[in-house]
Amino acid sequence: MSQNNSQSDSIQNPRVTWEGCSVLLDINDGDRLVFARLSAGSTLKIGNKTYSLQPLIGCPFGSLFQVENGNKGHCLARFVPTVEGNNIQEKGDFESQDEIKDNRALVDNNKAQSLTGEEINAMRSQGATGDEIVEALIANSATFEKKTLFSQEKYRLKKQKKYAPKVLLRRPFARSICEAYFKKYPARIGFLRVDALSLLLSMANVTANSDVLVVDMVGGLLTGAVAERLGGTGYVCSTYLGSTPYSIDIVRIFNLSNEICKRIVRSPLTDLSLSQNGTSEQIHQQGDDLNMECLSNNQMSSSVGTEEITPTENEKSDLISEATVSPVNKTGKSTKAGNKASKQAIDLWKENGFSSLIIAAPELDLWSLLKDLLPLLANSAPFAIYHQYLQPLATCMHNLQLGKMAIGLQISEPWLREYQVLPSRTHPCMQMSAFGGYILSGIKICSSS
Amino acid sequence: MLPIDPTKKISFTRHICDGDLVIVYERHDNMKAIKVCQGLVLQNRFGVFKHSDWIGKPFGSKVFSNKNGFVYLLAPTPELWTLVLSHRTQILYIADISFVIMYLEIVPGCMVLESGTGSGSLTTSLARAVAPTGHVYTFDFHEQRAASAREDFEKTGLSSLVTVGVRDIQGEGFPDEFSGLADSVFLDLPQPWLAIPSAGKMLKPDGVLCSFSPCIEQVQRACDSLRSNFTDIKTFEILLRTYEVREVKMDCSQGDEAKPGSILPCKRPQRAIEGGNEQGKLSSQTVMARPCSEAKGHTGYLTFARLICLS
Repeated sequence: MSQNNSQSDSIQNPRVTWEGCSVLLDINDGDRLVFARLSAGSTLKIGNKTYSLQPLIGCPFGSLFQVENGNKGHCLARFVPTVEGNNIQEKGDFESQDEIKDNRALVDNNKAQSLTGEEINAMRSQGATGDEIVEALIANSATFEKKTLFSQEKYRLKKQKKYAPKVLLRRPFARSICEAYFKKYPARIGFLRVDALSLLLSMANVTANSDVLVVDMVGGLLTGAVAERLGGTGYVCSTYLGSTPYSIDIVRIFNLSNEICKRIVRSPLTDLSLSQNGTSEQIHQQGDDLNMECLSNNQMSSSVGTEEITPTENEKSDLISEATVSPVNKTGKSTKAGNKASKQAIDLWKENGFSSLIIAAPELDLWSLLKDLLPLLANSAPFAIYHQYLQPLATCMHNLQLGKMAIGLQISEPWLREYQVLPSRTHPCMQMSAFGGYILSGIKICSSS
Repeated sequence: MLPIDPTKKISFTRHICDGDLVIVYERHDNMKAIKVCQGLVLQNRFGVFKHSDWIGKPFGSKVFSNKNGFVYLLAPTPELWTLVLSHRTQILYIADISFVIMYLEIVPGCMVLESGTGSGSLTTSLARAVAPTGHVYTFDFHEQRAASAREDFEKTGLSSLVTVGVRDIQGEGFPDEFSGLADSVFLDLPQPWLAIPSAGKMLKPDGVLCSFSPCIEQVQRACDSLRSNFTDIKTFEILLRTYEVREVKMDCSQGDEAKPGSILPCKRPQRAIEGGNEQGKLSSQTVMARPCSEAKGHTGYLTFARLICLS
């Protein structure tokens, strides 16, 4: 690895947080996922208490934080886990000791716990740590000793989540952003699951120096994911019908550098596909109007910026019921992504064609859209179209075949299953997402004329 | 294959040149990678194709043989390469590959370690993801296989992004010079648990590891060894279901001809005559999709884990 590489790496792929950086907070092993922007004033609500996010600034991603009862009240403090050497030993014992214990003596009469709520509150006000409360709960549980080691572990974890919550600092990547939205607000990203998103990026051959045309009606998730793969080279051009660009708010959750943001541009379809006979003045005039629209849209999105990271009141789900991140301190230094594509860039695309196309537009008529977009692609360029319904893709595929416009056509549906892997307890997870979307992929060929 | 040199990327004006790698497409399940060479010919069941006829044509062209048979000439991509490469080992396919790249959080500039190299199917996609400034160091203990992989990366123009080493990673671990420098590590080894301690040393804090294993027993042991200094340990299985699309004539008449189950798929899809459909009342054309009957039922389990951040 050259000096040069590690340098560019540290700029594009930072591993330590900074003031104004966007982070994903994973509370209690994925129970709650919250996007936040770190600043001196930003806060996070866990349970009924509010914690400053200040201690998270300047920490490496992957750091774990725990609630601490300091003399200045509650705060989040860095928690460095010890490498769990003895834990493994313990886990190895599961099998041998487990055999004899089972749940035959378990009676659900709500009398197992002798510690009352008042007593717990009293412990708290005397400054007991969350871990101490968990230990007290275990000591006062009549049934704990009778549980199998496995369910003892489960019990401990459940109490720990309530009395000693942990916050994990995560880097917002296409992966984590897609997963968090899929869990919290799947409708906002058109029910696009992370494995389907990863397929779109592969099938459309997204790589450095490519010019990728996208129709992103999934909130900017697609645009951001493509930009992440371009790493500040090439372009992702998000096109739209009509005069108002589609929202790409999710792009701001990615920690994209200015260099990368500059490569995210927007252009109305009419500008990209204008036939050469329109007078250039007209084009220009129209372009200016659209630029205004684009700007006002940007302004609008920045004013709702805090809400977008925080769930709004009426959209609270179980997952994020207590989540509140205080108003984000807008740091003005980040470049806005999604400027209007320059005339120069558009001319270049008209001359060379785009290197690939990705569509995730659940609300548009696919075939009429594709008819307009396909001619903008270079020959032999791959394309990938996402939809949550099969029929529009089937129709598109059929029409492309009839028109001999593309080859290698395939409709695929990814299927993803997670496994629980534990000593003697390995099996597929009980709950799974049954559907991640359909993708039509293919390669544009030269028109046979 | 990759537009590392932006002037070489596909465009309306880029034409096939002598020495280019092209993917010759006969059908979706029959493709071949060929290096274009002025004096050579391609012979297949459709006849004889002269390479000299291809030069100067745009990628994506349909070209004809002496017997008027035809094939398409495509620009190579990692996806197409995966379908045409010579199998020296079992390879990873698109569903697993794309998921691995996404979950390993590989972006341009990343440094990635891989073992074994195998046939280089995943390596090609890793290279695409780290380009233009990152690098993939891939290791295989089989000297000949490593040499063939090197030749392949030369052919596909990825040599500047990929270094192939000959090394037994299970036995010796990754070379110390990469200690603490890897953004991601990918293992496709028969006994991944032997390589996991070394992979942990190579990764940056919070870096992601992936282990691909066909058998659940391998996953079990790998997870056991991961628990000591990794977190977020997750195991997945990913498969693709593909669909076939047909235009089907649905008989609406109640007459004798309507036999149960006699849906006749049109072999050659016919263009629906708009408006003037004479038998419109008796039958209609509908485009329908159904899952293909055959599919891969299993490829392997993908186990991901993140190095615990201790510093």
